[in-house]
Amino acid sequence: MSTDSITWPQAETAAHPFVDKLHEWVTTVDHKRLGILYMVYAMTFLLIAGIEAMIIRIQLIRPHNDFISPQVFNRLFTMHGTTMIFFVIMPFMFGFANYLIPLMIGARDMAFPRLNAFSFWMTAFGGLLLYFSLVGANGLYGAGNAPDVGWFAYAPLTSRTFSVGHSTDFWTLALLVSGFGSIGTAINIIATVFCMRCPGMTLAKMPLFAWLNLVMAGLAILAVSPLTAAQIMLLVDRYLGGHFFDTQAGGSAVIWMHFFWVFGHPEVYILVLPAFAFASEIIPVFSRKPIFGYPVMVGATVAIGFISMSVWAHHMFTVGMSAAANNFFVISTMAIAVPTGIKIFNWLATMWGGKIEFKTPMLFCVAFLFQFLIAGLTGVMQGAAPFDWHLGNSYFVVAHFHYVIVGGILFCLFGAFYYWFPKMSGKMYSETLGKLHFWLFFIGFHLTFDFMHIPGLLGMPRRIYTYEPGRGWDTWNLIVTIGVFFQAAGILVFLGNLLWSYSRGKAAGSDPWDAWTLEWSTPSPPPAYNFFVIPTVKSRRPLWDLKHPADPDWEFE
Amino acid sequence: MQMWDGRNSKIPPGGQIFLVVFCSAPAVAQTAAPPLSPTNIFAPASTPANSIFELSIFVLAVTAAIFVVVFALLAYSVVEFRKRNNDDGHEPPQVYGSNQVEVAWTVIPILIVVALFMATARVIADIQKVSPPANAIEVVAIGHQFWWEYRYAGLHVVTANELHVPVSDPQHPTPTFIKLLSADTDHSFWVPRLAGKTDLIPNHPNNMWIDPHEPGLYLGQCAQYCGTQHAKMLLRVYVQPRDEFDRWIQQQREPASTSDVVSEGRRVFETTACISCHAVAGTVANGRFGPDLTHLMSRETIAAGAARNNPENLRLWIQKPDAIKPGSLMPAMELTDRELDAVTAYLETLR
Repeated sequence: MSTDSITWPQAETAAHPFVDKLHEWVTTVDHKRLGILYMVYAMTFLLIAGIEAMIIRIQLIRPHNDFISPQVFNRLFTMHGTTMIFFVIMPFMFGFANYLIPLMIGARDMAFPRLNAFSFWMTAFGGLLLYFSLVGANGLYGAGNAPDVGWFAYAPLTSRTFSVGHSTDFWTLALLVSGFGSIGTAINIIATVFCMRCPGMTLAKMPLFAWLNLVMAGLAILAVSPLTAAQIMLLVDRYLGGHFFDTQAGGSAVIWMHFFWVFGHPEVYILVLPAFAFASEIIPVFSRKPIFGYPVMVGATVAIGFISMSVWAHHMFTVGMSAAANNFFVISTMAIAVPTGIKIFNWLATMWGGKIEFKTPMLFCVAFLFQFLIAGLTGVMQGAAPFDWHLGNSYFVVAHFHYVIVGGILFCLFGAFYYWFPKMSGKMYSETLGKLHFWLFFIGFHLTFDFMHIPGLLGMPRRIYTYEPGRGWDTWNLIVTIGVFFQAAGILVFLGNLLWSYSRGKAAGSDPWDAWTLEWSTPSPPPAYNFFVIPTVKSRRPLWDLKHPADPDWEFE
Repeated sequence: MQMWDGRNSKIPPGGQIFLVVFCSAPAVAQTAAPPLSPTNIFAPASTPANSIFELSIFVLAVTAAIFVVVFALLAYSVVEFRKRNNDDGHEPPQVYGSNQVEVAWTVIPILIVVALFMATARVIADIQKVSPPANAIEVVAIGHQFWWEYRYAGLHVVTANELHVPVSDPQHPTPTFIKLLSADTDHSFWVPRLAGKTDLIPNHPNNMWIDPHEPGLYLGQCAQYCGTQHAKMLLRVYVQPRDEFDRWIQQQREPASTSDVVSEGRRVFETTACISCHAVAGTVANGRFGPDLTHLMSRETIAAGAARNNPENLRLWIQKPDAIKPGSLMPAMELTDRELDAVTAYLETLR
């Protein structure tokens, strides 16, 4: 079924098909196209930041290596972290939320399509601004350079005394600009979920995907705002003679840490809640059972949202807080393990008694469950403040958050890509290549990040461009670096699979997984208006009701 | 005071295997650097490090137990409930939830969290709520890009990069209390075998204490990113028997040695930019931006532990600091060979 004639009539009479195509994509306000733009953009930055990580790891392959200079190393880890958080994982998540939320709640688009386009382009320009520092950061001094203050840019390293030139300004402005994009998207998601649901879809009948993204959007508004404020203060310090963070003039370096982490910790949940959202859709479908304990899952999500706003200073156990403050952040940090644990148990119970089919999306989600369990437990270890006086800022913490972001979030993202690729492209991916990707990446991930914990326990701090021999760190660093190449191979297979399947893949049909949420009732790829008729739903699994008229969900929920 | 009583550590069985793997030094004899790593956090040699060690074993045992249980359940469900080849094609029973099990797996984790919190809060109090006894050694540590300055309050000793402290006998504890300041950016003092890390933040004084039980050299390094040469801002703590420590203090209080043999080198030193940053007590050199050089030759390393203190390295460090520590704030002095030899010879007399 062709929809081109309805949406873009000018395309057929175009004299310059490429220019017109480009024009369509650049000016689009369609949530699906914006979703795909977000993903393509994030994928590009994933490759860039991945290459940065590889260079970092090559430098650390042995002690006193001189593959790159300390200056370059410091720029690389700053750019790697900033890019991965703000210009890879966040846009991926916003892309999926954009693409899927209207389809899942039976709407024809997001609530504010133009705001949606504006938000995407703000995010996009933010990323470009960050990388433009490579050309422009030193202004008249000649060649530019990238920011080198670390992704959390602790004051006073960012003051003009210690950071000359404009590299820090590019960092600040990039985050400021993309922050506006994030807030716009967050507002849009909230408005869409609250106002655009199809008839019959009460909040309690919404797919968990929509619930988790709703909480994520709420967190994004609360968390990105202080970051934006902090960036503005930093700019005031640097150019208007302010002293917010200027310790030489009585300012406070610690207040920057508070501002940053009151954003930074909820940010972790902004990234991980959408990953939970993928798992909450994929695990039930491939276990052939509804999600276990839906109301509890919603409650746990909301609880995570609230508690995550009160744990930020566990990033600051070593900065010399009072014992009372340390105790508070210990208890709040450990408390957040409870709703997170509940989620893991509910996913486990969803699989329990099911008929689990290990297609690629499910493989990634099952690996996510194991890995996220470990990431959560190492998180509890660091929540015990005195233990964190050792672990904080060591390679242990680097291993821990990569376990969360790669082992948890990225694995779910890969699962989501394979799961929804047939819907988005209309083509089926290659299962063989998908499994090859999984195993390569799985092996690489564990080589790199399992063994990365150990040098941390043996006293290796993070962000060092080289290290002394004789500290017992050499072998572990070698193994860690070897793992990176497996991961890189996995990513290449992944990209190859997407490109090959997009051009050569078999037609997927509208519902290849025999799934239950509304997006699978539309053709693949869905037409611009999504639904011929706005659906009416009676339960959380409208397509189950349709497929099993004798045994519908709404009789039991 | 109760804190220096060597509290007998009870190690839960879960930690035993772990101990074998990681804790190379048995709990009694921790003198020699442990073979696994001189910076192993599981080889404590001081009371705060030991309190953390005991807590970490408890936390590791609890988390390992949780891991084993949940891992087993996950592995069981993945294996047991996979779709079989002879599947009948029917959907499995559709189960929507159960309030009883939800309550169970909410309450049990809450109880575990409470237990972990109690254990943690106790160690926080043990380490943080301690005030220095009368005979404590008090040192001010000042972090600089990219070296450490140490000032012994009341003893009139200033030195750099190599901290000397006395052994603290549990019977007659002489702990060292360190006040942590920063001259520029954030740094962090981390000698894993002696204590957890504490940051040095400008305009935000911090405190920590150590009471090393055995003499020896304890290593560590800056653990908060502080700029280009964060990696080579190494920490060396020399723990000495009390009489040896007292001799060291005595020697550090001597004025700088003078010798006519090296007057040429001294002239070069005192008439170039050296004195803008470095101090030599009793001379015109009174800079505070770089390390105090009054007793430079009593130190085993230069450049914050980046190189051994020998004439060749010293010469190289003055001539071309980037060869040892690229990006350090020590400028290349651009001296002629003759001046370089003279200055190096002068510095070698600063014992």
